[in-house]
Amino acid sequence: MSSVILPELGEGIEKATVACWHFKEGDQVRLDDDIVEVVTDKATFNVPAGASGTLTKILVQDGQEARVGETLGAIEPQ
Amino acid sequence: MNTEMICRVEDLGLVDYEDAWACQKVQVDRVRAGGRPVLLLCEHPAVITLGRLAQEKNILVSRETLEHNGVQVVAVDRGGDVTLHAPGQLVVYPILPLAYWKKDLHWYLAQLEQVAIDLLKSFGIVANRISGKTGVWADNLKIASIGIGVRQWVSYHGVGINVDMDMELFDLINPCGLDARMTSMARVKGVTVEMRDVKECLVKCFHRQFNLPMIYAPVQL
Repeated sequence: MSSVILPELGEGIEKATVACWHFKEGDQVRLDDDIVEVVTDKATFNVPAGASGTLTKILVQDGQEARVGETLGAIEPQ
Repeated sequence: MNTEMICRVEDLGLVDYEDAWACQKVQVDRVRAGGRPVLLLCEHPAVITLGRLAQEKNILVSRETLEHNGVQVVAVDRGGDVTLHAPGQLVVYPILPLAYWKKDLHWYLAQLEQVAIDLLKSFGIVANRISGKTGVWADNLKIASIGIGVRQWVSYHGVGINVDMDMELFDLINPCGLDARMTSMARVKGVTVEMRDVKECLVKCFHRQFNLPMIYAPVQL
C-alpha cells in the first residue's frame, strides 16, 4: 500500500485544505500523476501519486482540512 | 549554477486569459520534463478570476452587468480569492522548478512580493508587505496581487501589477475578499507609466531576485 501524504509545503505551513481529488476511488493512477489538489491561502499544490496502481481509499474529502504529514488517501500498487 | 538553468522570457502581449492559462499548462509540462524555466509576461482583456478559495459574494455586480461591460468570469486553479485583470495591468507568470531553489510555498510567495517591491522602488514608489495579507501595498492600497499554483514543485500563475489601468473596474469586485482598496503605479505617480518600461524593469528585478540568467525567446502559445 502506498499512502498519499500531505507533504511539507514550507516554513510555517502546518495544514492545507483539500480542494479537489482528480481521481475517484477505484481509478487507476500512474506514478507522478497529480492526484489531489490542496490549497493554502494564496497557493494551490498538487500532490503526486507515489506509485502506479489503484486509488483504493480517499480519507480526506474535498473541502476538508489536513495537517502536514497526514494521510490523504491510499494507492494499492500494481 | 547549472549552466542549463537559464530563464526564457516571452512577452505574450495582450492575450485572452484562457489562452495564457493553456500556455502555462504546456510550459509546466515542459519544465517538469526538464525544460528551461519560463517567464511569461502579458496583459489580459478585462476578466475576473475566481481562485480556489473564492466566494461568489466578492463579485459585487450581476453576471448581466459583467456581460454588458464585456468582463469574463473564469474559475481557476490558483490559490486566493477573486481578482481582476485588465489592459494596463502587467501579469507575470513564472514557470519555475522551485526545487532548484527551495521547496517552500511561503518562500516563493515572498520572492514574488520582493520582485514587485523592487520593481516599484525603481519607479520611485515605496511599497511593502502587510503581515498576513499576501500581495504588495503602497500607502495601504493594494498595487500588486499574487496567487500561485504548483504542480510537482513547478510554479504557475503569479503576479498582477497595476501599472496604468481603468481603476473603476475594481469596483466590480471585493479584491481578494479583503475589502482592500486598489491603486496603480500611474495613480501613485500622478503620471502615465509605460508598460514597456515596466516589463523591462520587471525582467531585471526577477533576474536579481532569483539569480537567474534571462534570455528573450519565443514560446508557442
